[in-house]
Amino acid sequence: MKNFLGYVAFLIIVFSSASKVHSIEPDIFIQSTVNRAAKTLGGNLSKKERVEKLKDIARDTVDIKGIGFYSLGKYRSGLSEKKLEKYEEVFAEYFLKSFSSRLAEYSNPEIKVDTKKKINESYTIVSSTLISTDSRPEVKIEWRVYTKDPKNPLIRDLIIEGLSLARTQKEEFSSIINSNDGNIDALIENLEKFITK
Amino acid sequence: MKKFIITSLLTVTLAFNVSADTDGENSLSKENTPQVKDCFEGLNRATFSLNQGLDKVIFKPVAKGYRNLPSTVRTGTSNALINLSSLITIPNNILQGEFKTAGVNTGRFAINTTVGILGIFDVADKMGFSKYEKEDYGQTFGTWGVGPGCYVVLPVLGPSTVRDTVGSFMNVLGGDPYYNASTHGNNEYLSDSLYMKTKVVAGVDFRAKNLESIENLEKNSMDFYASVRSLYLQDRQQKIKNSNPTIEIMYEGDWEEVEPK
Repeated sequence: MKNFLGYVAFLIIVFSSASKVHSIEPDIFIQSTVNRAAKTLGGNLSKKERVEKLKDIARDTVDIKGIGFYSLGKYRSGLSEKKLEKYEEVFAEYFLKSFSSRLAEYSNPEIKVDTKKKINESYTIVSSTLISTDSRPEVKIEWRVYTKDPKNPLIRDLIIEGLSLARTQKEEFSSIINSNDGNIDALIENLEKFITK
Repeated sequence: MKKFIITSLLTVTLAFNVSADTDGENSLSKENTPQVKDCFEGLNRATFSLNQGLDKVIFKPVAKGYRNLPSTVRTGTSNALINLSSLITIPNNILQGEFKTAGVNTGRFAINTTVGILGIFDVADKMGFSKYEKEDYGQTFGTWGVGPGCYVVLPVLGPSTVRDTVGSFMNVLGGDPYYNASTHGNNEYLSDSLYMKTKVVAGVDFRAKNLESIENLEKNSMDFYASVRSLYLQDRQQKIKNSNPTIEIMYEGDWEEVEPK
């Protein structure tokens, strides 16, 4: 009987730890992501290798599809499935190139995760600080983490000193579509040009 | 007379601006982030291109040269400029009803100007004064409920809104003690030209601090004009609301429309 109870207690501990392992806290997720990025940026890799590694990190940790939909805003609703698929495909490539190109310029970024705040069922904002260096002041960075599935948190936005990258991108896309009479093909064309340049 | 005409013009513009905002874009009631109209987009884009040309030929090379100065010189210059900006910040703190902050900033200015030798050393920071936040008349108008009006790009000065442009005029209409002392004060140390030089150095200092970030943004933008407009407007919105943390000004509606992955 004693052995049986011990066995049950063991099972409870194992299962409860397992469920904790599968649920990832957003602040720990961000810290581990920035550590991965910092390791890549601080290592002795060529620029090309660095860019490829950063793309891998983005594929694992960023909700590229979600950001693509957000960036398209109201224009998404009128699109055919085929056109939306095309957009998704081009956007993913554009995003990875833009993301890795922006980050590849930094060397040895040291980011300290400060706090987290759950703002609703779907999102937690993680606040962090990019530590200052001789050539760069301290920078506040907030991460919008999509936490609807706590086992698989994903980054949806970076807010640098209060400026949202996703919102900036959305307004840029909207400007391109508007100046082409609401034609989304113009945006897709611009994205393709960016990918190949 | 000249002052009267400028003041009248500003009053009319501001009044127009208030009604422009309350005139009612539906989006205002749906979102907590006002949509700023780019009423003069064609002209703005042309001015933006002109500014980019000037930046390429003049400001960027000068900023690069400035970056070659020893970091202590740059830090000292930057500190002195920030200290001077307190002279605009303090009256705006008062106009916004932030009396405690006005007191702290006055103390900071007094210490840094004297012990910190004209603001070159930020002694107040070392003494544990709270973080300094710049305020201006555009922000004050914003906190009073004046809408931004249309987005405008000013030659040389760059992005602004009608409200912020009017706010900038307030500096030369008596709102900036440094300008008043430079242009109307009877002293041998300050002059019009010194005031202008200070403004130019402030511009170069800003450009030098943002060399990489602007270059990076330009390189990664498909429509650089639209990106700069978005960033400027977000920055102003945040400063007017004095929001900290940032999430207080985020609009969730757009994100709710995004389907889960």
